[in-house]
Amino acid sequence: MTDNTIVILGNGISGVTCARHIRKNDPDIPITIVSAETRHFFSRTALMYIYMGHMKYEHTKPYADDFWEKNKISLKLAWVEQVDFTERELHLAGGEKLSYKTLVLATGSKPNKFGWPGEDLKGVQGLYSYQDLLQMEENTGKIGRAVLVGGGLIGVEMAEMLRSRNIPVTFLVRENGFWDNILPVEEAALVGKHIREHHVDLRLATSLEEIISDKNGAVQGIRTTDGETIDCQFVGLTAGVSPLIDIFKDSPLDTDRGILVDDKFQTNLPGVYAIGDCAEFRSAPGEGRKTIEQVWYTGRMHGETLAHNLTHKKQVSYVPGIWFNSAKFFDIEYQTYGHVPAKWTEPYHSFYWESGSGKVALRLLFDQKDCILGMNAFGWRMRHEFFDRAIREGWKAERVLKQLSSADFNPEFHRQFHQQVLDQYNRENGTAVKLPKRSFIQKLIGSRA
Amino acid sequence: MKFLQNTGLIFFLFGLLAFTLIPFLGTYQLERSEVRKQVKDIHQEAMMEVLQPMFGTRYASNFSFVRDFNRYFDTYNEGLKEDQAWDKVIWDDYAFPLTKASSMSPVADAPLLFLVLSIGLAVFGGLLYTLPMYRNEPAGIKNDGIYFSSMKARGWLGIITGTYLILFYIILYWYPEYLTNLVIMVDPISLLLSGGPASQWFLYGLIYTLAILVMGVRMFRKYKGNNYQTIRTVSVMFFQLSFAFLIPEILVLFNMPWHDFKNIWPLDYSFFYEYRIEGMLGSGALGMFMLIWGIILILIGVPLFTYFYGKRWYCSWVCGCGGLAETLGDPYRQLSDKSLKAWQIERYLVHGVLVFAVLMTAVTIANYFMEFALLGQATDQLHSIYGFAIGSAFAGVIGTGFYPFMGNRVWCRFGCPLAAYLGLVQRFKSRFRITTNGGQCISCGNCSTYCEMGIDVRWYAQRGQNIVRSSCVGCGVCSAVCPRGVLKLENGEEAGRVNDMPIIIGNESIKVKS
Ligand SMILES: Cc1cc2nc3c(=O)[nH]c(=O)nc-3n(C[C@H](O)[C@H](O)[C@H](O)COP(=O)(O)OP(=O)(O)OC[C@H]3O[C@@H](n4cnc5c(N)ncnc54)[C@H](O)[C@@H]3O)c2cc1C
Ligand code: SF4
Repeated sequence: MTDNTIVILGNGISGVTCARHIRKNDPDIPITIVSAETRHFFSRTALMYIYMGHMKYEHTKPYADDFWEKNKISLKLAWVEQVDFTERELHLAGGEKLSYKTLVLATGSKPNKFGWPGEDLKGVQGLYSYQDLLQMEENTGKIGRAVLVGGGLIGVEMAEMLRSRNIPVTFLVRENGFWDNILPVEEAALVGKHIREHHVDLRLATSLEEIISDKNGAVQGIRTTDGETIDCQFVGLTAGVSPLIDIFKDSPLDTDRGILVDDKFQTNLPGVYAIGDCAEFRSAPGEGRKTIEQVWYTGRMHGETLAHNLTHKKQVSYVPGIWFNSAKFFDIEYQTYGHVPAKWTEPYHSFYWESGSGKVALRLLFDQKDCILGMNAFGWRMRHEFFDRAIREGWKAERVLKQLSSADFNPEFHRQFHQQVLDQYNRENGTAVKLPKRSFIQKLIGSRA
Repeated sequence: MKFLQNTGLIFFLFGLLAFTLIPFLGTYQLERSEVRKQVKDIHQEAMMEVLQPMFGTRYASNFSFVRDFNRYFDTYNEGLKEDQAWDKVIWDDYAFPLTKASSMSPVADAPLLFLVLSIGLAVFGGLLYTLPMYRNEPAGIKNDGIYFSSMKARGWLGIITGTYLILFYIILYWYPEYLTNLVIMVDPISLLLSGGPASQWFLYGLIYTLAILVMGVRMFRKYKGNNYQTIRTVSVMFFQLSFAFLIPEILVLFNMPWHDFKNIWPLDYSFFYEYRIEGMLGSGALGMFMLIWGIILILIGVPLFTYFYGKRWYCSWVCGCGGLAETLGDPYRQLSDKSLKAWQIERYLVHGVLVFAVLMTAVTIANYFMEFALLGQATDQLHSIYGFAIGSAFAGVIGTGFYPFMGNRVWCRFGCPLAAYLGLVQRFKSRFRITTNGGQCISCGNCSTYCEMGIDVRWYAQRGQNIVRSSCVGCGVCSAVCPRGVLKLENGEEAGRVNDMPIIIGNESIKVKS
C-alpha cells in the first residue's frame, strides 16, 4: 500500500461523504474505508423501515454496490481493535494490519446505558446498528409487551416499529413532556397526544428503576421508580447515544465524551481527524450549537468540509449555517429551522398556532426587534430555502407571516393554513397582515411567485 | 372490521372462481343458420363445406368444440396454402363468433345471474374489503408489512396473480373463443349501452373499468389525507368510466364509430389507420370533430399541457393504462427496477417504440394518399407486427401481467410511445419538476423504493438536486412517502428548474457542489 493512503474508519454518512468528496477533488489518492457493520454504506435513519416492512436492507443503500469500485474507494469489512498512532497502523480483528498516512475517525455512536440493574439481560437492547436491528427482530418475535426507556427520536421510532407489528408498548419518559428538553411545552404536548393516539402507553415523568430477570437471564418485566412493575419481554433503551470511542481509551488520542477536535476536525495527533457523531469540538462551532453534533446532516457537512481540507492547500474552518433538523413522530412530520429552544425568556417572544385537529402546528420565535430566530413546524412541510434566508437576513415577523404561503412545501391541493395563521396573528397582535394576492392565472399554472 | 374485510375477500375469491369456471360451462352445437348469419357472403360456401362434419354434433365443452373447429378450418386453409391459392385462404377469424353463436350454456339463459355471481360478487367483495381499510386509523403512510407480503413482494401469491393475469391476456388477445360464455354473460349490458352484442373487448373494457373503480376506492383509503392522491384518483376513475367506457359505447348506439376522445396517438396507434380515418370521415360533423380533436391533442394539447403541468396531466390523471397502473397496480409499485441498467434499457426501448410508431404511421398515411400496392402490403405487415408485438404483447400481456413481477408501470416506462413523446417535452420544455427541499434528505430510500417508474429519486434528493426526468409520471407518491418532507411536485418558473450542480443548504464552510 502506498504511504499516502487515506484510511477512513467508519462507513456512516460522515466517513462516506468524506471519501466521496476526496475522490471528487482528487482522482488518484488511495482511499480505504474500514467498517465492521456492513460491507456497504446504508442509511441508518432507515433502519426502522426495514423492521416495518416498508423496505428491505438493499433499498437503504444510497449508492449501488458497484459505485465504490467505479470510484476507486476500497472497502474493508473488519473490526478495528486498536490503532497504533505511532506506527500509523490499524490493528484489525484477526491480526491483519492496515497502515495509513492520514486517518479519519468516523466511528459514530452507541446507545447510552446508565448502569440500570438488568440492562444487559436478554431482550434488553438499544437501536443503533444493523446488528441491533437483527437482534430486535429476534427479540421481538413473540412477545406480549415491550417497554421503551427514554423519550427521544429513536424511542419514538422504536415505538412506531413495535406498533407496526401490533406489539403493546409502554413508553417511559423521565421528563414531564415528551422530548421537552428540545420541544416547547405545546409542541411536546402535541407529540405526546399523537403518540397516545397510536395506542402507546406513554408514561411521562416516569423513570426506570430496574429490569427484572426471569430464570434464564431474560427480561420478564421492569420496575419504575414509583415502584410499579410492568411485565414485558422486551426493553428498548433509547435514552440517547454517546460517541463510540472505546478503542481509543488508553491511547494518546485526546478524548473527553468524544474525540476532541478543533474547527478543522484535527485531533491532537498529526494526520488524525475525527468527524460525525464521534467528534467533540473543543469549542462549539457556532452560537447556540452543541460541541457534539449527532445528526445526519452535520455528519454530512463534517465529511464535506474535511474532504475539502484534505485535498486543498487553503484550509477552511467548519462553519455550519443556520441550524435545521427534521424528524417524524408516527404520522406527524416535524421540521425545525434556526434556533427554537425549549424555553426562552423576555425579550424573546414567540407566536404559536395549532390547527383544530391538533396535528398541525407552527411556532415562530422572534427577538426583541421582532426579527425571526427560528421556527418549528409540525404536520406542515416548509421550504428550507425560505427559512434559511428569512432567519439569516433576520426578517421581521410581519414579513415572514405575510409570505408564509411561499414557504409552504406541502403537496399540491393540501389544505391551506395560511389564512388561519394570519387571523390568529392579527388577533393577538392587533395587526392587519393580509394574504398576498394571487391571480387566477397564477393559481391555474401553479406559479409560486 | 377484520370480519367485514375477510368476508369481502371470500366474496371476491368466489367471484373470481366463478369468473374462471364460467367459460367451461355448457354444451356447443353449430347450426347452419348461424354460419349463414356470422360468415361473410364470400366465405359462405366454403365454410359450409368445411364445417359440414360439425353440424348436428353436440360438443360437451367449449374445448372440444374449438378443437374440432380449428382442425377443420386449419386443414382447409393449410391445403390452400400448400397449393399457393392465397386468394382463397380465409384470413378472417370466425372461431370467436361461431363459438359464441353455438354456445348452449346456462349462461345464455340467465346471463345476469352469472354476471352477479362472478363479476358482481368480485366487485362487491372488493368494496367490502377496501372500504373499511384503515378505518379508525390516523391518516398517514400505510406501507407496513409490504415487504413481508407474499402478494406484494414477489411471493407465491404474487407469482400466482401474475401468472393468472398473463394467461388471461393471452387468451383474451389470441384465443377469445374460449371466453365466449363470459362475453355472452355481458351481452345484456352491451345491448343496453350500444344496442349491439358484446365482444371480448367489451368484456375487457367492463372489467378494466370496474378494476379501476374498486381499486380507486382503495386509493382513497390508503392515501387518506393526501388530497393530491385523492383528486388524481378521482380523475382517472372519471376518465375511464366516461371517456373510455361509456361514451364510446353510446357513440356506437348512435351509429358512430367507437371512439375514445382522451386516447392520443401514438398510444392510440391505429388512429391514422385507414378504417379509422374512413370511419371518422364518414360520420358527419361529430366524426370530423373526432379527427380534428385527435390531431389538436397530438400537436397542441400534449406540448401545451405538458409545458404547464408536466406529463402527469396525462399519465397519472387521464390515461387509461395509467389509470389501471395507479389503482390496480398501486400495491406493486415498489417492484420496479431502480438500477442504472434498467434506465438504459428503458431509454432504448421506449424511444425505439416511439420511432417504430412514427414510422409505421408515416407509411400508413403515405399509403392512404398514394394507394400504392407495395406500400399497402408493407403497411399491413407493419400494422400486424405492431399490433401483435406492441399493442397486445407489450401493452397487455407484459404491461399488466407483469405488475406482480416488475411493478405497475412496465408498459408506461419501457413501451408507451406517447409517454416517450410526453417525456421529451417534459424533459426539455416544461415548468414541472420535483423540488428537493434544501438539505433535509436523510437518504432513507423510501422515495426511490416507491417510485413506480424506477427513478432513483434519492440520488437527486440527497445531493439537493431537483428531479427533472422524462419518465416521471408525477404520481406524487415519492413526496407522500418521504418522512422528511423533502419532495414537492410543482409547476414553476423555468429558471432554476434544472440544477445540475446543486449546492446543499446548511454548510457555510465551503460551497459544496455535489
Ligand atoms: C435509528 C436511528 C435513526 C436516526 N434518525 C435520524 C434522523 O432522522 N435524522 C438525523 O439527522 N439523524 C438521525 N440519526 C442519527 C444519525 O444516523 C447519525 O448521526 C449518523 O448516522 C452518524 O453518522 P456517522 O458517520 O458519524 O457514524 P455512523 O453512522 O455511526 O458510522 C460509524 C460506523 O463506524 C463503524 N465502527 C465504529 N467503530 C469501529 C471499529 N472500531 N472498527 C470497525 N468499524 C467501526 C460502526 O460500526 C459504524 O458502521 C438516527 C440514528 C439512529 C440510530
Ligand atoms: S424519502 Fe425523502 S428523506 Fe428519504 S431518501 Fe427520499 S427524499 Fe430523502
